[in-house]
Amino acid sequence: MSGLSSVVVVGASVAGLRAAETLRDEGFDGALTLIGAEEHRPYDRPPLSKDLLIGISEPADVALRVRGDLDAEWILGDAAARLDLRRRVVVTESGREAAFDGVVLATGSAPRRLPALDVEREGVVELRTLEDALALRECLRERPRVVLVGSGFIGVEVASSARTLGADVDVVSLDPPLIVAGTLFSDVCRGMLVDHGVRLHLGRSVAEVVGGEHVEAVALDDGTRLPADLILVAVGARPVTGWLDGSGLRLEDGVVCDASLAAVGAEGVVVAGDIARWPNPLFGGLSMRVEHWTNAAEQGAAAARTLVHGASPETAFASVPSFWSDHFGGRLQSVGLPGLADRVEVVGGAVEERRFVAAAYKGEQLVGATTYGMVRALMPYRAALARREPAMTEA
Amino acid sequence: MKVHVDHDVCDLHGQCVFTAPEIFRFDDRGELEHLDEVGADLASAAKRAAGVCPTGAIEVAE
Repeated sequence: MSGLSSVVVVGASVAGLRAAETLRDEGFDGALTLIGAEEHRPYDRPPLSKDLLIGISEPADVALRVRGDLDAEWILGDAAARLDLRRRVVVTESGREAAFDGVVLATGSAPRRLPALDVEREGVVELRTLEDALALRECLRERPRVVLVGSGFIGVEVASSARTLGADVDVVSLDPPLIVAGTLFSDVCRGMLVDHGVRLHLGRSVAEVVGGEHVEAVALDDGTRLPADLILVAVGARPVTGWLDGSGLRLEDGVVCDASLAAVGAEGVVVAGDIARWPNPLFGGLSMRVEHWTNAAEQGAAAARTLVHGASPETAFASVPSFWSDHFGGRLQSVGLPGLADRVEVVGGAVEERRFVAAAYKGEQLVGATTYGMVRALMPYRAALARREPAMTEA
Repeated sequence: MKVHVDHDVCDLHGQCVFTAPEIFRFDDRGELEHLDEVGADLASAAKRAAGVCPTGAIEVAE
């Protein structure tokens, strides 16, 4: 045991919650404080673009269940503003101070913004929080003409939800849809969007929002004008690390950590979720930052173990990243880092049925596997990636 | 440690099978199967699986 007497967890979403649960599991019995920028207890974000948006689930349904008794103090609706490692306190925006021996940094991401799209303007919105989702849901009831800017997870999932609700949808995106999954899956996703009546404007960007008090249209860089009642900006996320400027921690597109998620150059500081940049032992120590839900959940737990037991080979976070996306009745799931691949091989199912599995290789090395609709077939690849086997050819 | 899956909530994501194949697996029909009770050696794996379930369908209890 580490002899910690007080721990502050900064960030009250899935990474922070899993960290808090795991601290208690691992025997930490000192004072535990969670600090959250939002007023809510931890809730689940993936449904915000899907079931919650469609109205199948309600805010109470998306609360994350807390395992065990955390016996924690919660500071909510008061974001962390500063980390003082000399005095070992976290200072919040309202000026409160929370003292710690050990701290878990898990402040997540915020939506990226674009100069041409002012989200302060009425009719131009983004989707990150429960309030964002409820406001968007209210707007979608009116069956507006929606322009989605961006075609990553949020863009594609909101396109699906908005079509389900009968809204008219245009998608404007520099990249093809869900390109993170690779071109094969992106092409299939594009087919789904088109089949469901979504108009795609790929390789295009927004030059200007047209309208006065109300948004009327979006002008694209090629002069195309798309009538719009509502514009959703979903062009990715940036790690929330601004509050750590001047803390002495190394910030390089995330907080630089060792393999056990301990912040480099500081004692008793661990990092989890979207803001953690760490060398993943399963990928040759490749430095990465992963914004997926499962990564946040796993890293919260792993970072807590490191805080309690200290960084060691046993606490190294060797992880096979994974993500999923539900849209248009299908489910895309991926394991590993298919983005590293130079070769993709369909190993089961049929692409034209939109139900298939593909393995991704870099040279002879298996680096990932992805599927629409055939999760069972991912299992051997997931297992191989976790064992770091060089290559597999069949499911 | 007891392991319980609420099959009304489970959405067959398979994250538990990824994380703890010693406890969870898909059967031939694609349904989720799991051990109802695990020893101390698998308690940590069971908790990790519960923690990564996207729908919160897994409950573990001493």
